[in-house]
Amino acid sequence: MSLAAPRPALGPALLRFRRSHEFWLLAVILALSLALSLATDSFLTLQNLFDLLTSNAFVGILASGLLVVLIAGGIDISFTATASVAQYVALTIGIRYGLGWFALFALAGAIGVLCGLINAIFITKLRISSIIVSIATLNIFYGLLIFSTGGKYITSLPKFFRDGISWFEHADASGVPYALNLQILVLVLAFVAAWLLLNRTNVGRQIYAMGGNKDAAQRLGFHVFRLNILVYGYLGFVAGIASLVQAQLAQSVTPTVLVGKELDVLAAVVLGGASLTGGVGTVFGAILGVALLAILQNGLVLVGVSSYWNQWFVGLTILCAVSITAWSDRRRRAAKAIN
Amino acid sequence: MANFLDLQAISKHFGGVVALRNVDLSLRAGEVHCLVGENGSGKSTLIKIMSGVLRPEPGGRIVIGGREYPHLNPVQSTACGIQVIYQDLSLFPNLTVAENISIARHLGAPRLVNWRTVRTTAEAAMARIGASLDPDARVEDLSIANRQLVAICRAMAADAKLVIMDEPTASLSRHEVDALVRLVADLKRAGICIVFVSHRLDEVMEIAERVTVLRDGAKVGEFPAREMDDKKLATLMTGKAFAYQTYATNFAKSETVLSVSRLARAGHYEDISLDIRAGEIVGLTGLLGSGRTEFALSLFGMNRPTSGEIRLNGKPLALKTNAQAIEEGIAYVSEDRLNLGLVLEQPISSNILVTVLDKMRNGLGLVPEATRQRTARKWIEDLAIKAPNPDNAVRTLSGGNQQRVVLAKWMATQPRLLILDSPTVGVDIAAKDGIYEVVRALAAKGVAILLISDEIPEVFYHAHRVLVMRRGRLAGECVPHASSEEELQAMVDA
Repeated sequence: MSLAAPRPALGPALLRFRRSHEFWLLAVILALSLALSLATDSFLTLQNLFDLLTSNAFVGILASGLLVVLIAGGIDISFTATASVAQYVALTIGIRYGLGWFALFALAGAIGVLCGLINAIFITKLRISSIIVSIATLNIFYGLLIFSTGGKYITSLPKFFRDGISWFEHADASGVPYALNLQILVLVLAFVAAWLLLNRTNVGRQIYAMGGNKDAAQRLGFHVFRLNILVYGYLGFVAGIASLVQAQLAQSVTPTVLVGKELDVLAAVVLGGASLTGGVGTVFGAILGVALLAILQNGLVLVGVSSYWNQWFVGLTILCAVSITAWSDRRRRAAKAIN
Repeated sequence: MANFLDLQAISKHFGGVVALRNVDLSLRAGEVHCLVGENGSGKSTLIKIMSGVLRPEPGGRIVIGGREYPHLNPVQSTACGIQVIYQDLSLFPNLTVAENISIARHLGAPRLVNWRTVRTTAEAAMARIGASLDPDARVEDLSIANRQLVAICRAMAADAKLVIMDEPTASLSRHEVDALVRLVADLKRAGICIVFVSHRLDEVMEIAERVTVLRDGAKVGEFPAREMDDKKLATLMTGKAFAYQTYATNFAKSETVLSVSRLARAGHYEDISLDIRAGEIVGLTGLLGSGRTEFALSLFGMNRPTSGEIRLNGKPLALKTNAQAIEEGIAYVSEDRLNLGLVLEQPISSNILVTVLDKMRNGLGLVPEATRQRTARKWIEDLAIKAPNPDNAVRTLSGGNQQRVVLAKWMATQPRLLILDSPTVGVDIAAKDGIYEVVRALAAKGVAILLISDEIPEVFYHAHRVLVMRRGRLAGECVPHASSEEELQAMVDA
């Protein structure tokens, strides 16, 4: 009999998690957070945490929408233009007619859905590659917006909008107030909604299936057009909502400020393990992807690295993370081939 | 027993092309039925009519369980219990076994997923056919045979009464085919009708009752499976007789092209000595794992031997890469190269010349158009490729002619030794015949040929001499002209 105590058997679910991309990401995030906590006094503070969540809410909310499109096997980079249009139009109309919170969000969401549908129709009905369609629509939406607004800012936002919301206010020992703000609330809701859609509804499972094998999905009688309408419409909706969250944080509307952020969002989602070929990706992974990039940028500022290095580090992180996953996948496959 | 399904006078045209002409088919409950025909004979069209993807032309009748339909749609077809398992299996590689089996539960109006039902449905389906797969494993991590099990379970979960399997054995090993045959026998006992669709005589025909043969969109006839054999079936499918004869030729006077002495690679094969003379076709057979492919790869510089010697026209070779082997005049055409070795959208000429572009360069490093045309035409003529224009895309050629393009591509390198590894796997009988013809013509030009194959008749009728490998060693030699197929088979099985 062996003297060594038997290793406690990991549950199969836990074993799967250990091999997953998310596990590695989480490990990197924890290591990075630990290092930053030791290196600086300001990283592990409630205030920094709140700032992190608030300032990255826009990217996070968009990531939850883009994830759905990537899982379905498509791609869309026009959502920042969609957000710009939704933001500008909704707030212009909102100011003129004195709309409240709900009406503003409904309007921005509806404009987003409309833009998403345009993408979906070209992609499914004319079978144009989704990247091409969304490059075109990005330029069309953005071009129209800049042309018709002349690039003018909107600064006189309604008071209730500027004030935002702050629930569960609470002040710490030194009197700094914290509250659940609009950004954090919508960020959480966006991830919960994406998780429910993808993992708890039959439509979400159809989205995964379609991303995994489109021909098989068609043979089984899935409505590919309807699913595409849904995923691109969903991203459009999410972009509309995110745009107001961003405007509230910025306290103004600048038509030129959002476009250009689409690759940051794409980077976060892909870093989170979503595949550009479809069928693969999780909400948890997307959250980790957004978190890693946010913490990395935040950490660089806190330890005093020049912000010129920011992009360099972001690029390096993405390359490393993706390489590690690819490498461990290959090793696993090779091990299996031998058996 | 009553018929589960009757198709009567089914016709279908695509544009001006006849896909099916007045085809009848009857399937009994609990029957295993084979539907065979060459590519383009109308098999796929017939499947699509049963699965409701295509509508037959007016005048045809579809009767299922006593009810008559002018045509089916996919929903009706599924509701009647008809399930098609396509050759690609149509599974979702990114989803789990359980979800793949229960995928039909995700169809319909938006609602919440009940993960417990997904799992119990899958487990029940697996229990019905006695499959034991991990329901949480992802399908992309399974072997092909297990994926096929998942596809069959999915059909079971959909309450299939008729399972149509398209080329189910194409990518399975012998052992896996045996398991499939046992499974099909179980399904049959459970009263399920199984249709195998194939372009060749399949192992599964051992348990089939009837065979329906299609040719050019028309039904040739329906035959008891028991009375079928390879040759009869080939004749029925193509309308041509394929009677091969062994041939006796004396090569004593020809020069020796390949001479291998005591070649060995630890763990793969040992002590292999053989000679192949100019114009000689030497067959090499043996069970999977006998080391024959490993040996062939060594001749092609892709598996370095640990000891022994390879000589080509008397010159000793120490091959480190396959580029070197090609340089020395060795060509290796493997099964997947016949299937994958072509760029279908590119012209025939470019496909043929891709191996010799370097040799056709002029002083400026460019390839003159005239040389290109001349060389391409020469090989098209030599291999009798039926193409109206060398600049047409390879895609426009028939399967058999595409195979010839692959051979032409390798012949353009002007090899002295041509190694053919399982050149006719997955090829229908007429295309096979075309390949044999080309191989014989090449041999007649003085090329030494090593023909590796699993199929005993292939090496028996198309090689001058057959070597048998077993557990890494040469275990015997047979001269077909002075022997019999059975004798060779016995040598392989020993």
